[in-house]
Amino acid sequence: MIAGRARVFGDDINTDYIITSRRKRESLDPEVLRRYLFEEIDPAFAASVRADDLIVTGKNFGCGSAMEVAVTAVLGAGIRAVLARSFSRTYYRNAVNNGLLPVICDTNAIREGDGIAILDDAVRNETTGDKIAAAMPTGIALEIIQAGGLVPYFRRHGDFRL
Amino acid sequence: MAGKTISEKILSASSGRYARAGDVVVCRVDAALGTDGSVPMALDYFQAMGGTGVFDARRIVFALDHYAPAPSRHTAQLHQRMREFAAEHGVELWDVGEGIGHQLVVERGRALPGQLVVGADSHAVTYGALNAFATGIGSSDLAAILIGGRIWLRVPESIRVTLTGRLAAGVYPKDIALALAGRLGADGATYQALEFAGSGLADLDLEDRLVLSNLTVEMGAKNGIFPADDRTLEYLRGRAPGPFSGVEPDADAHYVREIAIAVDELAPQVALPHQADRSVAIAEAAGTAVQMVYLGTCTGGRVRDFRQARDVLKAGGGPARGVQLVVTPASRAVLEELARDGTLADFIAMGAVVQTPGCGSCCGTCGAIPGDGVNVISTANRNFKGRMGNGSATIYLASPAACAAAAVRGAIADPREVV
Ligand code: SF4
Repeated sequence: MIAGRARVFGDDINTDYIITSRRKRESLDPEVLRRYLFEEIDPAFAASVRADDLIVTGKNFGCGSAMEVAVTAVLGAGIRAVLARSFSRTYYRNAVNNGLLPVICDTNAIREGDGIAILDDAVRNETTGDKIAAAMPTGIALEIIQAGGLVPYFRRHGDFRL
Repeated sequence: MAGKTISEKILSASSGRYARAGDVVVCRVDAALGTDGSVPMALDYFQAMGGTGVFDARRIVFALDHYAPAPSRHTAQLHQRMREFAAEHGVELWDVGEGIGHQLVVERGRALPGQLVVGADSHAVTYGALNAFATGIGSSDLAAILIGGRIWLRVPESIRVTLTGRLAAGVYPKDIALALAGRLGADGATYQALEFAGSGLADLDLEDRLVLSNLTVEMGAKNGIFPADDRTLEYLRGRAPGPFSGVEPDADAHYVREIAIAVDELAPQVALPHQADRSVAIAEAAGTAVQMVYLGTCTGGRVRDFRQARDVLKAGGGPARGVQLVVTPASRAVLEELARDGTLADFIAMGAVVQTPGCGSCCGTCGAIPGDGVNVISTANRNFKGRMGNGSATIYLASPAACAAAAVRGAIADPREVV
């Protein structure tokens, strides 16, 4: 089970807000990029991130560029899951392929700093006691994420299997 | 049972399954593009996956477009790595200066009607204009395609967008796209396909349709697809390397939503900062001062875009004092045509900064960057804060003619009032 502290962002957070293209231009290393995570919209974030933090956000998280560093930089900071009302499809795929858990749920009532536990089909807000229904990856996306991402999945299977 | 949409038909054919919206299928990819923005990471995944060879190098192309020319040692090294991999595995590589990958895929007939074409870049949706199922992927999915030539996809539901009427003078396909983004919102088509239809298509040629398909990802769409018709064939004549056949939707195909746009009623649009779906009639933003005007990108960097902008600029007496005009052709072929027909000379005479064909300033990775507090108006598709390399600048999006009108006035203006 994944549990951690909510770090709350709004709607339509595009991948350039997660990590800017100009940072990506100079390094693809998640250990470097994590220092600039969300710098465009929350310059204090990178210094305050903890390994058990979870991103909690509104609709359309990860819209814009399909750049995969927007997932690997998040993982580089130790974050293991993102909770959103919806994801852009490219971010969702990239998250699955790298083993970052994308959870679709109603995030409206979650506040900055709330303790969050991710269950099988729901999210529990440990701070308020609320339990929120959640949609987890299913089918092949679940298999990829359970394998730990597309790299271990491919090393095992050598191809996609349905 | 209802008939099939274009997307359902193409994904059925490429998966060999009876594919309906909501199904997950594994598909054979007809062509895949990688860019300098995505291939270096893809090569890391390729190695980590144990990749040794490329499944079918003829289906892969690499474009050096986001860092063109390389603005730093690090990016130059990324280019070197791509060139070495391409040479070793027989992958075609479009080098610095040839243009934006998406434009080259289209110009060089690498996306054809009925095909499944993906690009490791979100604006791969552009090829939907050619009746291809075209969508963006990340680097890891590209690595899997390099190894196995396949991808898993969820078959999207489709929204039908019916266009009727003819654009009025001074109104362009970009205005339709921005108006549609405004109607749908930035996530209005998430996980879904947009399928264009209607009598209005007859007046939109292939280059017009590219603009519409290009912007569909700003509405969250998985793909934005047109039917194939005479305009498609006309464009592909001499470009398509082999035979193809267009895919039509069934008359009783199921759409989750219907949107109708009377294009003859549209006014010129502008997208306000910082999202493409914040579109309004340009009159509402008229008078906003601009200091930089950007003409280029995979949305607005083709020959006709520059001609339209040039015409407005000439009619208006050139750019106003204090306006930096930056021109970036989408490809070398575009640049050559602009050189041949005199458009380039006109821009140079007007003091424009002319950049290497490629992505240029679009995402702030090479080329001119706006200064703090600068308002930019651009023919691009995205205006996120920081998009052009400076989070303290502000970006508006509009048609090439509207961008030119703003250059003339030094402020956002209705292009119909400038000519
Ligand atoms: S021109 Fe801009 S939007 Fe198009 S591929 Fe290049 S960076 Fe992306």
